Amino acid sequence: MRYSIGSLALNALTGQRYWPLAWRKAEPRPAYDVVIVGGGGHGLATAYYLAKEHGITNVAVLEKGWLGSGNIGRNTTIIRSNYMLPDNTRFYEWSLKLWENLSRELNFNTMVSQRGVINLAHTPAQLDAYARRGNAMRLAGVDAELLDRDELARRVPGLDLSETARFPIVGGLCQPRGGTVRHDAVAWGYARAADRLGVDIIENCAVTGFTFDGDRVTGVETTRGTIGAGKVGVAVAGSTSEVMRLAGFDRLPIESHVLQAFVSEGLKPFLDTVVTFGAGHLYISQSDKGGLVFGGDIDGYNSYAQRGNLPIVEDVAASAVTMFPSLSRLRLLRSWGGIMDMSMDGSPIIDKTPKPGLYLNAGWCYGGFKATPASGWCFSHTIARDAPHPLNAGFALDRFRTGALLDERGAGATPRLH
Amino acid sequence: MRIPCPVCGLRSVSEFTYEGDATVLRPPLEADGDTWFATVYERRNPRGPHAELWHHTQGCRCFVEVERDTATHAILSARLVTPTGAGI
Repeated sequence: MRYSIGSLALNALTGQRYWPLAWRKAEPRPAYDVVIVGGGGHGLATAYYLAKEHGITNVAVLEKGWLGSGNIGRNTTIIRSNYMLPDNTRFYEWSLKLWENLSRELNFNTMVSQRGVINLAHTPAQLDAYARRGNAMRLAGVDAELLDRDELARRVPGLDLSETARFPIVGGLCQPRGGTVRHDAVAWGYARAADRLGVDIIENCAVTGFTFDGDRVTGVETTRGTIGAGKVGVAVAGSTSEVMRLAGFDRLPIESHVLQAFVSEGLKPFLDTVVTFGAGHLYISQSDKGGLVFGGDIDGYNSYAQRGNLPIVEDVAASAVTMFPSLSRLRLLRSWGGIMDMSMDGSPIIDKTPKPGLYLNAGWCYGGFKATPASGWCFSHTIARDAPHPLNAGFALDRFRTGALLDERGAGATPRLH
Repeated sequence: MRIPCPVCGLRSVSEFTYEGDATVLRPPLEADGDTWFATVYERRNPRGPHAELWHHTQGCRCFVEVERDTATHAILSARLVTPTGAGI
């Protein structure tokens, strides 16, 4: 059923009893043209664009748990394209353009809200660096504007702009087209749209191995039986090392780290943009339900635990109160962790692998959510054409060997610093 | 998470700086490119027991090699190490 004002009225009149399921509960078939491992945002988007852009509809998405149980439902929902390196700028700007039309594209309200993303500067040197980044963005056709203190006071009323603040704010860089998206709706919207094009979405189906003919992949072994595949795409974020090990890749340029996120009790309208703290690491926005949604640094050690430790909770809360002193008595509602596939240069990998028919989408660090549409778009192109699209040509798996790194932060091969 | 420092006893993780996979050792300078590439960029990154280095920066400043389960954060063992990786 296509969602529309007509379907809404019809179902209202019939007591909301006849809405069809958004996607089928598919049973695995013996073989598919393409199997995508990982039913998160990136995997579902890949399946959707394989069907929509490349006409490959004999596709299965295998999800170990339930749909939306991983990082697609654990992030802080921020979208932006405020990067400086050309490969990143082009890719994330394409992603932002796909976000801007996503609800219409999927016939599903993903609640894309372009409320702006503001990065605060706390020293003149930092403001200069932001001016440079803003100029680089504008040269690449991305929107950016530098904000002074008066403008920040107008846009973000709760901000501590006093001279006596621990880290006085001197200005900021804003990307007006950045904002937030309802993350669950992204998973559901892509799943429903892919399903409508014939893709099988198979939940509770963990991959336990790969089958090969020589080096060429021929399928996957799962907890629900062996499934043949012409091509296999792996998009499993924090579990990349463990899944790729099953395919014979024992070591990758990736470490898995835990990133915590937080939501507070509900407040009346307080913050209508996304603000990031420049003297530490914090990003905060207010959800439509009223809770403040925020996060900060990763815990900084290898982890698959999907929960973090208290020092980061304290650090993130301290940063929030430093920025917004009026939040000091706010109570946390929930906190949780997600497992980030931290790459060695802070940029992702969307590429073929040395084994024919096996493709890898990984290394998202903690920036994977905003990349979801372009990641799926580029990964589907890479799988369908057996070659990367120019937008993801820089995200090559062998760049660590060749030296063509994309180190946006200049932090070197230390995953916990990206 | 608390780490049993062999010198200072059980201390909060916030006193330590993480220094990563302890099984990765620096090769000799004259080692070939592939060896250096593996050392700098490639990690096993297991789910489960993981040998890793923690620097007790806010304590005794010793390097501690900890075996920790990355799936549960349970600490399985801890020992002091020297710059060459040998245990004390």
